[in-house]
Amino acid sequence: MLAARGLRKRFGPVLALDSVDLEIRPGEVLGLMGENGAGKSTLIKCLTGLHRPDAGTIERDGRPITLRSPRDAEALGVSTVHQEVHLIPHATVAENICLGREPRRNWLLGGSIRWRRVRERANAALARLGLALDVRREVSTLPLAIRQLVAIARALDIEARTLILDEPTSSLDRDEVERLFSTLRRLRGEGLGIVVVTHFLDQVYAIADRIAVLRDGRLVGAALAASLPRAELVAMMVGRAIAPAAARASSEAERPRAAALSARGLRRRGALDGVDLDVAAGEAVGLAGLLGSGRSETLRALFGADPIDEGAIEVSGRRHSIRSPGAAMRLGLAFLSEDRRGDGILPSLSVRDNLITALQAQRGILRRVGRREAAALADRLIASLRIKAPSASTPIARLSGGNQQKVLLARWLATDPRVLLLDEPTRGIDIGAKADVLALVASLREKGLAVVFVSSELEELAAACGRVVVLRDRRSVAQLRGADVDPSAMLAAVAAAPEGGARD
Amino acid sequence: MKLRPRDLPLLVAAIVLVTAFAAGALRYDHFASVAVVRNLLVDNAFLGVAAVGATFVILSGGIDLSVGAVMAFTGVVVAALVERGGVHPGIAIAIALALGAAFGLLQGAIIRGFALPAFLVTLAGMFLARGMAFAVEPQSRPIRHPFVATTLNESATIALPLGETSTTIPLTVSIGAVTFVVAWFVLRQTPFGRRVYAIGDDLQGATVLGLPVAATTIAVYAISGFLSALAGVVFVLYQQAGDPTACKGLELDAIAAVVIGGTLLRGGVGSVVGTLIGVLIYGLIQTIITFEGTLSSWWTRIVVGALILAFVAAQRGLERVGRRLADA
Ligand SMILES: Nc1ncnc2c1ncn2[C@@H]1O[C@H](COP(=O)(O)OP(=O)(O)OP(=O)(O)O)[C@@H](O)[C@H]1O
Ligand SMILES: [Mg+2]
Repeated sequence: MLAARGLRKRFGPVLALDSVDLEIRPGEVLGLMGENGAGKSTLIKCLTGLHRPDAGTIERDGRPITLRSPRDAEALGVSTVHQEVHLIPHATVAENICLGREPRRNWLLGGSIRWRRVRERANAALARLGLALDVRREVSTLPLAIRQLVAIARALDIEARTLILDEPTSSLDRDEVERLFSTLRRLRGEGLGIVVVTHFLDQVYAIADRIAVLRDGRLVGAALAASLPRAELVAMMVGRAIAPAAARASSEAERPRAAALSARGLRRRGALDGVDLDVAAGEAVGLAGLLGSGRSETLRALFGADPIDEGAIEVSGRRHSIRSPGAAMRLGLAFLSEDRRGDGILPSLSVRDNLITALQAQRGILRRVGRREAAALADRLIASLRIKAPSASTPIARLSGGNQQKVLLARWLATDPRVLLLDEPTRGIDIGAKADVLALVASLREKGLAVVFVSSELEELAAACGRVVVLRDRRSVAQLRGADVDPSAMLAAVAAAPEGGARD
Repeated sequence: MKLRPRDLPLLVAAIVLVTAFAAGALRYDHFASVAVVRNLLVDNAFLGVAAVGATFVILSGGIDLSVGAVMAFTGVVVAALVERGGVHPGIAIAIALALGAAFGLLQGAIIRGFALPAFLVTLAGMFLARGMAFAVEPQSRPIRHPFVATTLNESATIALPLGETSTTIPLTVSIGAVTFVVAWFVLRQTPFGRRVYAIGDDLQGATVLGLPVAATTIAVYAISGFLSALAGVVFVLYQQAGDPTACKGLELDAIAAVVIGGTLLRGGVGSVVGTLIGVLIYGLIQTIITFEGTLSSWWTRIVVGALILAFVAAQRGLERVGRRLADA
């Protein structure tokens, strides 16, 4: 059993953990919940040797231990997948899974790595998650979801007694989540103690035996999942009542209007194979589809992040060939990408500087965003998105994962775009903030923005969008509007054809 | 085997090497001969050893500017111990190698311990080592000990049945060859080697994954120090003297060879095979310029400069192409 006793951790003015007691019991899945910035990741980092707590102790089987590095934790049988997926980008999948614990030949042979064994072990670890993948591929060439699964496979590769997963499902689709959960159930049966952090209520109730809730660094309670009603859980997390998911996009958006952005026959070798899309000012259009169906690729192509081989893009009725993100921004497009660690965050800059970068890029270096303007803008955005940060000059890397996500969204709003391309904008943010983001999208739409919204959560698409384009196998195959925009209809449309199995 | 995007720079370097050699062979008589190739290896053995050290450091995401100075320092230490101190050359060489490794270890410990930029610490190390070299021997001192002149330089050679008479490969080239093979093995086949790549690729990631980041960093600089000293010893055998002014700026030649060989300066990607090719390209340019006769030796620098620029630009382009290939 791994236990935290009275853990306290302070970052400057922020008390991230305040005398937290927590037990991770063998044979049990503990769901760890809390709003963005509640201290979940900090708690995990303390339990795994990445942070040293300021006060309190960590106990393994009743004895206090000191963790100086993640290695110490691993040696004690604690295996972790952190919120931001950490893998070595130019190493292969197999290497990443075995890195730091490679099977070796004996010293007479120079202690060399047994590469064949490495690949076998990697395959075995991936197979536990139902994933077949060429383990010789470089991690940097894989989509985010697969990387997340590789990181989980790595955690499963050691004989752990405690497994800690910080938002492991944030970029996975339903099938993958289900496979992960059945693996976790089996491991629980084998006596592992498991911690899962997630913002999804359905998921926590599906997997957790016990649920612990953090708020503002304090443990507000822990209870058996079976005896904790959802409403009570939510109330514990947020300490306030949450309005039900944003009102259904009004059918007003149905009126025919000039398209703000329209794409015909987008093709790009290996990524897109004929995507048509229109979105009018004041309309939110959803893109639904399985992972790998071309959702993100469509947005990247529209934004000029990846060149297209064929197809036409019109902005406000005029044809443009968008060759770079810079060109897209000058046309009033904004794009929130799904990979925030990879392409978005400038970790050592302040929240304020992170907020104004897109605006500055749009204006060009000659027209500087002044100090006062930047400060006012930052304050307004921080308030309107309820970004939890000690101040606007805090380095963004110090914010919790979900709050970083909000900053990135705010960054694009600062450019006053006409078309907003959002790729999984609510990933990793808590339910309160999720409702905020959906409400924000609704109000932006009302103000006349055109929004293209990608999400794997069909409920969310239904709530935010008046029309949904369904993608399958990299092409647009159907459109749903009006009453058809509901989760079950979308699911039917998404899953209508053979899925083709292989994903890479 | 499938060609991976990251292997493309290596392929380009190999093509450049072969093309340059073919061009030389077409243009000059006697160019494509065993003697020319042998001289190329003999004249660049010390650079090769130093470049292997630079490969470790650069792969790990660092830089070592002290290489040339450490080479000169170890050279004069050997000369002083042997000629003034009457120490047996074998022991003197062992002492010099240990000093080099210790010097590198210290630099690594400072870089890691105080979280200082490697550039600054090894810059200071460069001045320090160069200064110590002058303190030990203000002037070049020839080594006349028979063990060096006869045993190492004449007996410890390998005769190959190549060319008109047979060709002797001196000890210096053998040392260079062994260095490359061992380095390839360590980097490619051992967990330590993979850690070197990992910390250069993503330092934060390597920390979170629980790799011994500090120990690896320090070890990399110790290896670089050791190999600098070994390169210094090779240089002493080649010149039969210890000279405090020797090898000024050699670290930059080594870095150039590494970069030409396709290793990325930001770390994490590259190989010691590429470095071997880079060193050979470097030596080949020198040879061609000697053959040309009318060109002075600084043309080597101009060509190397142009090559580095071309390579860096090509790598940029290749990365893009590679990404497209990977997407497809
Ligand atoms: N390295 C750091 N330096 C300074 N402050 C930090 C650091 N890491 C976290 N914090 C602060 O500690 C608080 C808790 O952050 P933590 O990352 O634990 O939240 P979380 O519960 O994981 O949230 P999320 O759901 O958004 O991931 C936040 O206010 C955050 O800004
Ligand atoms: Mg977190």
